[in-house]
Amino acid sequence: MDSKNTNDWLFEITPKNKFLSLNFKEIWQYRDLLMLFVKRDIVTVYKQTVLGPLWYLIQPLFTAITFTIVFNNMAGIETGTIPPFLFNLAGITVWNYFTACLNGTSDTFKANAGIFGKVYFPRIITPLSVVFSNLLKFGIQFIIFISFYIFYYLKGYDLSFSAYVIFFPFLIAIMGILGLGLGMLISSMVTKYRDFSYLVGFGIQLLMYLSAVMYPMQLIKAKLPEYGWIVEFNPLAYIIETARFLLLGIGEISILGLVYTFAITMLVFFIGVLVFNKTEKSFIDTV
Amino acid sequence: MEKDIILKVENISKQYRLGKVGTGTLSHDLNRWWHEIRGKENPYLKIGDTNDRSTKGTSEYVWAIKDISFEVKRGEVLGIIGKNGAGKSTLLKILSKVTAPTTGSIKSRGRIASLLEVGTGFNGEMTGRENIFLNGAILGMTKKEISSKLNEIIEFSGCERYIDTPVKRYSSGMTVRLAFAVAAFLEPEILVIDEVLAVGDAEFQKKAIGKMQDISKGEGRTVLFVSHNMAAVKSLCTRGIVLEYGKVVFEGSIDNCMQKYLENENSTAHRIWEKANVKIPKADFIQLIEVKVLDKKGQVSLNHSIFEDITIEFTYEILKKGELFTHGFNLFNVENIHILSSHDKESETLKKPLLEGIYKKAVVIPGNLLAEGSYSCSFAIMRYNPFHVEFHELEVVSFNIIDEVSTNTVRGNYSGGFPGIVRPLLNWK
Repeated sequence: MDSKNTNDWLFEITPKNKFLSLNFKEIWQYRDLLMLFVKRDIVTVYKQTVLGPLWYLIQPLFTAITFTIVFNNMAGIETGTIPPFLFNLAGITVWNYFTACLNGTSDTFKANAGIFGKVYFPRIITPLSVVFSNLLKFGIQFIIFISFYIFYYLKGYDLSFSAYVIFFPFLIAIMGILGLGLGMLISSMVTKYRDFSYLVGFGIQLLMYLSAVMYPMQLIKAKLPEYGWIVEFNPLAYIIETARFLLLGIGEISILGLVYTFAITMLVFFIGVLVFNKTEKSFIDTV
Repeated sequence: MEKDIILKVENISKQYRLGKVGTGTLSHDLNRWWHEIRGKENPYLKIGDTNDRSTKGTSEYVWAIKDISFEVKRGEVLGIIGKNGAGKSTLLKILSKVTAPTTGSIKSRGRIASLLEVGTGFNGEMTGRENIFLNGAILGMTKKEISSKLNEIIEFSGCERYIDTPVKRYSSGMTVRLAFAVAAFLEPEILVIDEVLAVGDAEFQKKAIGKMQDISKGEGRTVLFVSHNMAAVKSLCTRGIVLEYGKVVFEGSIDNCMQKYLENENSTAHRIWEKANVKIPKADFIQLIEVKVLDKKGQVSLNHSIFEDITIEFTYEILKKGELFTHGFNLFNVENIHILSSHDKESETLKKPLLEGIYKKAVVIPGNLLAEGSYSCSFAIMRYNPFHVEFHELEVVSFNIIDEVSTNTVRGNYSGGFPGIVRPLLNWK
């Protein structure tokens, strides 16, 4: 009698976690919430600012200008036939998407403690919405890149993109998933130990210098052979190097590097989801 | 019969760790993790105090709720009552999946939607209409469901005029109305409601209670209801459970529950705030030490005859000399209706500052004023010119008034029911 009846319970709340309890059905049920969160993020982010969405453009443009002055004009990093500004803008645009995803998701629990403390919905919706809404921001920044691309092309620069450029969206997807996975991992740890939120702040800064954003990957291998391996172990460097190869036809493409990047991304994402799911059950007690 | 049970709570417990998160927590975490990977039980589950916040415990761990079990039938409105800190909110948080229990399980045959403080996820920058969609989606509705009910929701909220205005321009009352309206049109099988009725004007509260009665009676929805508003609990619920220090101390009809809840209150005719206790009611220059309810002989007493004077004696310590202030208190009945308020408007402390030290202040509530029942007393320290409340501590003490058939009482020889919030002895001419 008893065993027969336990089957028709709709759900059960228990303290035990299943190993990987990412409930896709549930996430699908809440898809409208995901879209509304994305809309909220986009609509409200630059409310009460004069320049509004222009801020999306100002930040990468000024960073690219600064990098061009510092790294190309002063430090003399060579970018071949590609205008240094365009070289930097390509790296920054892709890099920005990663940092936006990581920054936006790494304080998920802390920033949403109020709402998470009152209602249940699949928590992963929140970091997912960050990744999606940043996609729009990336889109706008990418249009700027295209504009400058055309501008330099018309000025007579020798620009050509790779035929593999159709794979560029996959590269961005990997970047987003890596940012999401890392962000979820950090956000889970921040709930208990705030130390991690400080780590993210300067960690991202340092990581940028190790991710081949403002220099080609061969350069560091040629100039600093004994430290080059650090960059070679950084999956982000491969993504940015490949992105530049696809968009500008500069640099090298390493299949092994990309496979490595993909594997690391999946691993980070998997661990991120695992830790995130474990945390969401009781973070409200420690946050 | 078994099918009728929509929600089954079995031995739910929740443990919290007290104190700060720091290096100490890391060592406990590592130890717990080490036990976990070896497949052993969490070593900290065996310890822990019951959740009595006024006494200083011996353990770092407390059980906010411990071994709670109950069942809810389909269509039942279950009231959950208990004092502050009895574990009501923790229980509701577990039920609404906000936090996981430490041990035990909950089985449900229906979707649970919770209404723990309304307006969750409202975004000030977005309009009322946008927030209806956002809030509805957070509560588990699809866009289609919300669209089909949008007009009803707007109408129920009574905010038609402001619906396309950002919510940050709303008054707090309007925000609550809008949020409650969204939640009221949710269609889960089980609705969990906590303290929703605390805000909003009388008219809206009436509307909200009416709507909840419709939900539970008309539509056969199952509701779990937690509130300090005893009148609301009484009018909505059929059955209830009483929580005390994280345990179910009583389960039964709502009238019996309220009776039991009143008895629980009896333990607080005398309260002392120990120095080590972090929750001492205090301002920067003054702190409360002790409050007693005294009878005419000067003895601490819970129960008082309706015609006897009651003295409430407050003992406090001046921590910093040179401050001018005065005292005040409020009295609430068991349904949390505010019966009266009194300021010590001619206090000496308004004219001449006190030196550091311990002082007493007493107020006398005359006999033949309050009706029969239980009362809860609050205490406040205020300044005049400009008026400022330094602290206002609710539920400092409580007492019971017992009516009797006597020539001294208002009822005299009449022994039937006697209505009214107060029972003063008036002159008939």
